[in-house]
Amino acid sequence: MVGGFRWAAMFPDEVWEHVFSFLPADADRNAAALVCRAWYRIERRSRWRVFVGNCYAVEPAAAVRRFPEVRAAAIKGKPHFADFNLVPSDWGGGAEAWVEAMVEGWPHLEELRLKRMVVSDDCLELIARCFKNFKVLSLVSCEGFSTAGLAAIAANCRNLRELDLHENEVEDNCLHWMSHFPESFASLVTLNIACLEERLVGLLHRVPQLVDLGTGKFAAQHHPELFSKLESAIAGCKNLKSLSGFWEAGPTYLPAIYSVCEGLTSLNLSYATIQGPELIKLISWCKNLQRLWVMDLIEDDGLIAVAASCKLLQELRVFPSDPYGAAQPISLTEHGLVAISAGCPMLHSVLYFCRQMTNAALLTVAKNCPNFTCFRLCIMEPHTPDYITRQPLDAGFSAIVESCKHLRRLSLSGLLTDLVFKSIGASANCLEMLSVAFAGDGDAGLHYILSGCKNLRKLEIRDCPFGDKPLLDNAAKLETMRSLWMSSCSVTLGACRQLARKMPLLNVEVINERKRGLPLELQPDNCPVEKLYIYRTVAGPRSDTPSCVWILR
Amino acid sequence: MEAAGESLRDTELRLGLPGTDAPEKPASTVTRGGKRALPEDDEEGYAKSNKSSSEEEQGEGDLCCQEPPAAKAQVVGWPPIRSYRKNSLHARKVEGEAAGLYVKVSMDGAPYLRKIDLKVYKGYKELREALDDMFKCFSLGEFPRKEGCSGSEYAITYEDKDGDLMLVGDVPWEMFISSCRRLRIMKGSEARGLGSRH
Repeated sequence: MVGGFRWAAMFPDEVWEHVFSFLPADADRNAAALVCRAWYRIERRSRWRVFVGNCYAVEPAAAVRRFPEVRAAAIKGKPHFADFNLVPSDWGGGAEAWVEAMVEGWPHLEELRLKRMVVSDDCLELIARCFKNFKVLSLVSCEGFSTAGLAAIAANCRNLRELDLHENEVEDNCLHWMSHFPESFASLVTLNIACLEERLVGLLHRVPQLVDLGTGKFAAQHHPELFSKLESAIAGCKNLKSLSGFWEAGPTYLPAIYSVCEGLTSLNLSYATIQGPELIKLISWCKNLQRLWVMDLIEDDGLIAVAASCKLLQELRVFPSDPYGAAQPISLTEHGLVAISAGCPMLHSVLYFCRQMTNAALLTVAKNCPNFTCFRLCIMEPHTPDYITRQPLDAGFSAIVESCKHLRRLSLSGLLTDLVFKSIGASANCLEMLSVAFAGDGDAGLHYILSGCKNLRKLEIRDCPFGDKPLLDNAAKLETMRSLWMSSCSVTLGACRQLARKMPLLNVEVINERKRGLPLELQPDNCPVEKLYIYRTVAGPRSDTPSCVWILR
Repeated sequence: MEAAGESLRDTELRLGLPGTDAPEKPASTVTRGGKRALPEDDEEGYAKSNKSSSEEEQGEGDLCCQEPPAAKAQVVGWPPIRSYRKNSLHARKVEGEAAGLYVKVSMDGAPYLRKIDLKVYKGYKELREALDDMFKCFSLGEFPRKEGCSGSEYAITYEDKDGDLMLVGDVPWEMFISSCRRLRIMKGSEARGLGSRH
């Protein structure tokens, strides 16, 4: 700014705080904080929401010190591929250090969202005891806690508005933990316990204001009298917008939710082994659906019906009912995807598991949906080409990145050469996260990505022939990204050592679970690296690494 | 990495007598997919993108028609679904396979019923033997050793999914266990009308 003129003093701090409150994104607030010392000071005192994408990127105490007024925090731990068992179970991501620092420095914390972290019952008890105004707890893909810890939350957090516990590994040692909820629970608006078995009917009557309901396993087949109770309990939740659950009870129970279908904006049936015809009937009631998660049992016909009924659909996820392919083939093909792309004009986010694809279909999808922000296609057999032309799927995915100018997330699959990476590097200017598996011909592929994709934040790669050269040639790029994961590629220890020496602000973690022969420090430079996780950090090397992880300096 | 390659070879399916060297015919279900720890493997992988792969594909297709995909070695973490989802699908499957087919068994004149798991028996003979054993304290005669109720005190009948009372033994075993809802051991005199064949 203009030298000498302390323009920040034009207005009192409170005015600037008010101005900053209109900045929508953290990135904007970060930018404002860099303008001058005064703005840095004002901004840090007024930031109340913090997102830490990598729990090891900064010391918890430092984060708490910089932003003393935080009310809402979201923290992520393990690398994304931990969801698929590629990261050793003792790798890290423990939540204690963060919870302890937050209890110390943010006593007024109201909202905590943790993803892929190890959360102990002690942490939950600390949260329950210390945050007097706690309103929101979201634990996704976490582990390390039991229902005893949840009982502490239920018993102590009297103002709880949202409890979202989906897809955690929870030890169930405290039956009826939900009975610890207060009798009159007028504050609860979101309840998602899709990881636990629990009977909900009783609770539903106590929380009729529920907007978001996720149920656990419905062993209702053996309790036929539950049907009418369930039907009336759900019908009583007049504000219900979002429903998810294990509809194991099958088609006989679906009518229990018909009464709320029209109001639903989000429906997650991805654990329900309901067949196509019943799904179609159910979904035809859900005219206002914006988000739909289903299993591939919906088949192409079902998706065609969705395309006809759900004109407001924004996000579709189709999961495999039989990932290891032993059962009867399901008729879910590229036709379903094309139908959705043609029929749903607001669609912008897709996750699609299937067994076959063509370039032509992808080209059509790209043309129909230029507004995609997230496109994740998983063709389940690695290296599967276009099944009609036998060509790689380069052309199809290239069309996607060239057409979808706002694409932020992309997952590739099928047979792919370096050509697709050339297109991605050149066209995917908004891309923030890229997942690659069993693709590419050689180093050039990785080089295209690292030298292009100017907004890339997270890159995760497995089983690709990418080696040392593109990593070393693009070392500086790694500091502009949150993290890079590479496993079963062709990277050597020598390159990792070089990278670590060259880039002091990166933690270069080499993960070697096989532990043969010499310890890593004594291995030669040409020793191949099984798994590599590189992330930028201002906290230096972490101190909680297990024996299979080495941080190179 | 080399060690990984060797152990993979050990688990590969092969044609030929044990002890002979494996012919190089690709075990099509095994070499696909993520065994590509070594760059050399990738060359193999990329050969699939040209014509030879289409022949292999067709061959594979034929194989798949003939027999179920044998010992398809699973790649770690692929397809990319969360353990939570995988476990729930697996639990569902295991439940389906392991779930017993429990049906009540009543015997005319006996003060209480029994419950048996039809899945544990291989056929009618075993079932009859088990029932004989279970109810011998009540029985006043021998159980029919063959189908029908010729000359014995009791007949084994069942209620099928349509609610009809049927004589045990007429239909193939598999069909029986899928349609049997409960068993009833009737006095021979009442059962006379059922066994039209005999």
